[in-house]
Amino acid sequence: MLNQLSEPGLLYEGADWDYDKIKRVYDAIETVARGEMGLDIYPNQIEVITSEQMLDAYSSIGMPLMYKHWSFGKHFARDEMLYRKGLRGLAYEIVINSSPCISYVMEENSMTMQTLVIAHAAFGHNHFFKNNNLFRQWTDAKGILDYLEFAKNYISRCEDRYGQSAVERVLDAAHALMSHGVHRYPRKTAPDLREEEQRERERQAYQEKMYNDLWRTVPTKPGRPEASTAVAERKALLGLPEENILYFLEKKAPRLKPWQRELLRIVRHISQYFYPQKQTKLMNEGCATYTHYYIMNRLHQKGQINEGAMLEFLHSHTAVVFQPEFDDPRYSGINPYALGFAMMQDIARIASDPTLEDREWFPDWAGNGDPMGTLRDAWANFRDESFVLQFLSPALMRKLRLFQVRNDATEPELVVENIHNERGYRSLRKALARSYDIARLEPDIQIVDVDLAGDRKLLLQHRVTNRILLDESDARAVLRHIANLWGYEVALIEVDATSEAVLKEHTVAGSSVLLG
Amino acid sequence: MNIIDRRLNPQGKSLANRQRFLRRAKEQIVKAVRDSSSRRSIQDIENGEKISIPTGGVREPSFHHGSSGGLREHVVPGNKEYVEGDRIPRPQGGGQGRGNEASDSGEGEDDFRFVLSRDEFLDIFLEDLELPDLVKQKVKRSESYSIHRAGYSPTGSPSNLNLVRTMRNSLSRRIALKRPKPAEIEELEQRIRELEGGHGDVVELQELREQLERYLRRSRLIPYLDPIDVRYNRFERVPRPVAQAVMFCLMDVSGSMTEHMKDLAKRFFMLLFLFLKRRYRHVDIVFIRHTHEAKEVDEETFFYSTETGGTIVSTALEEMQKVVRDRYPPDEWNIYAAQASDGDNMSNDNSHAASLLEDVILPMCQYFAYIEVAQDHEGSLGGALGAAFGRETDLWRTYKHVANKPGQAMAMRRVKNRREIFPVFRELFARENAPG
Repeated sequence: MLNQLSEPGLLYEGADWDYDKIKRVYDAIETVARGEMGLDIYPNQIEVITSEQMLDAYSSIGMPLMYKHWSFGKHFARDEMLYRKGLRGLAYEIVINSSPCISYVMEENSMTMQTLVIAHAAFGHNHFFKNNNLFRQWTDAKGILDYLEFAKNYISRCEDRYGQSAVERVLDAAHALMSHGVHRYPRKTAPDLREEEQRERERQAYQEKMYNDLWRTVPTKPGRPEASTAVAERKALLGLPEENILYFLEKKAPRLKPWQRELLRIVRHISQYFYPQKQTKLMNEGCATYTHYYIMNRLHQKGQINEGAMLEFLHSHTAVVFQPEFDDPRYSGINPYALGFAMMQDIARIASDPTLEDREWFPDWAGNGDPMGTLRDAWANFRDESFVLQFLSPALMRKLRLFQVRNDATEPELVVENIHNERGYRSLRKALARSYDIARLEPDIQIVDVDLAGDRKLLLQHRVTNRILLDESDARAVLRHIANLWGYEVALIEVDATSEAVLKEHTVAGSSVLLG
Repeated sequence: MNIIDRRLNPQGKSLANRQRFLRRAKEQIVKAVRDSSSRRSIQDIENGEKISIPTGGVREPSFHHGSSGGLREHVVPGNKEYVEGDRIPRPQGGGQGRGNEASDSGEGEDDFRFVLSRDEFLDIFLEDLELPDLVKQKVKRSESYSIHRAGYSPTGSPSNLNLVRTMRNSLSRRIALKRPKPAEIEELEQRIRELEGGHGDVVELQELREQLERYLRRSRLIPYLDPIDVRYNRFERVPRPVAQAVMFCLMDVSGSMTEHMKDLAKRFFMLLFLFLKRRYRHVDIVFIRHTHEAKEVDEETFFYSTETGGTIVSTALEEMQKVVRDRYPPDEWNIYAAQASDGDNMSNDNSHAASLLEDVILPMCQYFAYIEVAQDHEGSLGGALGAAFGRETDLWRTYKHVANKPGQAMAMRRVKNRREIFPVFRELFARENAPG
């Protein structure tokens, strides 16, 4: 029965999987993915694991190797309990942005699920990792596994040398600052000598061209007071203001030992590695879901999978892209799979078969007859926020019946601001896009000053938008961690971004827990 | 494409993380375990336990927005009836648009629930319990030896050959005896070949040949590796002192014991049994049950079979005395005993039991624990009054008289409810000056 399929052309029958079948399916998927969709992927590595191992992978933030820390044990304990009690299923796969791209598939999956998972992870996510601008700019897919290996060994050596609890204290503090340990913008690279010279020449030429003696006669502002230049100088020296708190502490904290700095650096690198994933959740899942949907349908059309398999696939696919409405008890925010998939399908529709409205909204590409090309371009060049802002169509807003609610704590009731109609489309879309903007989701906290001449107090500032303050008890706990790393007093002031009024102030005295 | 089967990779990759987590949350977990153990049934002790600890020590804080206040905008799907400008009453417990957000940072953070495995549970529960006064430390018969490294020896089995040490000896001997190196011989031969080919100095050639001859003879006579170089790793068997201890479990199974009382007594001994099995690998356990006559039985019979009859406590003590005389000479063994009874006894046996206990049993025992199980009258006024006035049983009074004498290593506790079993057990076996 192994190789005798009842219909010629079928890749497999039944639920059981084996390596031959996976190989055949992979080749068939590759034909569709490369040939018809034009996907460009890292080499693939598919690893079969048990549910136990899947739980392991869950708890160490999805990475195959990770240093040891109690928080991973905590996550494992919770995930295990939820799973064992049947409160939560496990993901069918985990995929790692590395080259080769590693996808974990579970042994419990049926053959159809394996096919779905390969199409979803090994092609959809893989293409996205390799081509999206953010990933290209920020992550090093080839180096990540080696780096983690280094990190793991380094940290375990530190534990041997300085004791587990000493290492743990640094890691705890670093983990608390993880979300504020990323560079959001590419750093300026120091120009080399030739470039510098070239620039200097151009500047000179420009100034000569623009020279006008008249400027000499215009009175200049009186010179700034001495003190403030000292402040400016000090800030420049320390590279302030700095929003990457981990980076600042790693480089500038006066009392840390070299190995402690290295630990901060490791956590910072890992946080930076995940930064693009946070910003592209919607697109990444949308891309992968669209890819598996397209591929499974094509396989079915070509007679390579049978009706039963197709039904099984549709069953799990619809479960994944299910979007409960806001008044449904199951509602817990917008499902990135659902919205992502709906947008991808909508883009494909507009590119091949647009309505008049679509042509008006998307004059550049509506009806260009190249749905895959348009999608690939979107996948490469956008992140969630800009993607929604550019590609969400009125037709889809109507379909999802989106509406916008304003929740102002000072008012007794919620107000419906916009709904899915002509007047509301644009601001609705803008508001939805903002909700994917990581800069708005995470509080804007910067290190603004250090009192170098006095008691070395570190001053942080939270720029408050829309009067939303920090969670107080957590903020104090994090400040304590910062104080441990910095070694002296730390203060955080929450300042309204528009009026510059100070709303709240937290101060934590310095300590030398880490430094003893 | 590569497919790799990772299913056979070592399991339990996060075990180390889990242990770290348990250690981190130790204090809270110990407390949670104590709390939960009073509710558990004895059969449950074989299972894991779901416990819930406050997030305090295991909180992972981060800078994030508070969950209330301020101005927030939400875009939500599924509009049915609203048009712009509609006002919606604020739902209780946070805005409906951000139900998820609210629960993430709200009540979800208060407690952290997870499952402790059976071993973890027992380890924590039985931690800092011990048998008191384990002093008469005796060296157990020859079986408990441990092996220690003890330097090197010139004899031994080939598997213990220490190559580094051997080669070091060989090298120093070769240097000391000036055994020519292979490189030197080769160089000499090379020179000889050159001279022979190039019609060189005959005298020099002759000298070189003689020198080569000497070298060769010397390297034949002085072996590269001599038996006197060889060294073996030496191991010594060190006898390890093992505290020999035996625990006597004496249980009254007479007709006066109700099912409830038997259940309590069995729970107590089950716990004792688990504790000894886990913590003391070399402790013998002797089970004696009695009605009007006493018998030594095995574990299975002790816990699971039923019997009825009258009550004569002294028979159990006599049986214990007999077993001690036969198998456990008191000068070699640490002897412990735990007795559970409902306190009923033939009235003419009390004085006999007391004198047996005082004159025979206690002198040979390290520690004697007496548990009196009683009917659970909890809630009823009579029971409360009865307890308040200390309605003592005959046996309790008898034993108390013995126990109150100075220097007696004897403890007495009364248990009425299964909830009290765990705390009483902990009291009886708490390590002295143990924390908590």
